[in-house]
Amino acid sequence: MTNVAVDLGAQQPSLHTHKHDAVAVAAGATHAEGQQHPIKLYLVVWGWLFVLSTCSYLVDYFGLHGHLRWSLILLFMVLKAGLIVAVFMHMAWERLALAYAILLPPVLVLVFVAIMVFESEYTHLIRVLFFASPT
Amino acid sequence: MAETTLTDTVESPERIAGWRGIAADWSSDQRAFKNVSWGKAMMWIFLLSDTFIFSCFLLSYMTARMSTTVPWPNPSEVFALNIAGRHIPLILIAIMTFILISSSGTMAMAVNFGYRRDRVKTAVLMLVTAAFGATFVGMQAFEWTKLIMEGVRPWENPWGAAQFGSSFFMITGFHGTHVTIGVIFLIAIARKVWRGDFDVARRGFFTSRKGHYEIVEIMGLYWHFVDLVWVFIFAFFYLW
Repeated sequence: MTNVAVDLGAQQPSLHTHKHDAVAVAAGATHAEGQQHPIKLYLVVWGWLFVLSTCSYLVDYFGLHGHLRWSLILLFMVLKAGLIVAVFMHMAWERLALAYAILLPPVLVLVFVAIMVFESEYTHLIRVLFFASPT
Repeated sequence: MAETTLTDTVESPERIAGWRGIAADWSSDQRAFKNVSWGKAMMWIFLLSDTFIFSCFLLSYMTARMSTTVPWPNPSEVFALNIAGRHIPLILIAIMTFILISSSGTMAMAVNFGYRRDRVKTAVLMLVTAAFGATFVGMQAFEWTKLIMEGVRPWENPWGAAQFGSSFFMITGFHGTHVTIGVIFLIAIARKVWRGDFDVARRGFFTSRKGHYEIVEIMGLYWHFVDLVWVFIFAFFYLW
């Protein structure tokens, strides 16, 4: 037990590099007792989630608009989602067979998004051409 | 004995790196998810299906918003509050976001203490998580009340495109339902932890299986997912 704890303490990823470190940690982190990581890791991630949320709120507070607004919103969203899934949900330490089975299908939703973008632009065009009258 | 082999994570074969490892796990006999118990795998698969449900909601919202010729109400203004005489945009939603993130943090630590078999800390942290969740639902109820008083309906609203109301009630309502269910389950599991069910291997109600502290992690997966969905709702519905 103590062995495992010490081992993990040594491997505790600092946040900036955790994406890369995660793979290295994963190799050593299979124990019968389930997921055990230092509490500090969770606190650091928690702190980062606060920072990122504040950033995305500030995007609205300062009224940024256009592509800058959208790209910042998406950036902060993806970073937050990544942190939650990788660390809080322990996906960084799971075997790839599970990670890919769970993470790939949602990515394919982007195809659906693309289809619906075409569809709604078409609908919008038709509405502008034939129905656009102030109600 | 047959139960233990199903429930426990049995010996996990050596992990092969990259795609070869994925192919090896998936093409092997009987179990694709080697060191993951059936409970955890099922929760992940449920969450995957739930992802698709929320994806469909957000997609229908996107389609409605992109295809309407009427201007979309500005969420920054709609969800603004006057606090101490100052008009602050979107402040309620920001507070709700921080509350939900905090609940995720306490949940993650509850999982950790669960595996350390510190049942008092685990139960307390789970109850704190549930309290955060209940606060979130309470603020959502306040938000709904405010909007309904201002005349937002699924078929109309005072500020613009009619679909705003239907998208809003559908998406936040479904998310709020998830949070509420999560709070109920958190309290149920916290009670079991507090009572020491997982230390004495007491058989659970309904399943009549022996529980493990892993149930705390599985519960945590659900709770983090609720937080995760909120990240997307916050970005796409409130900030966009």
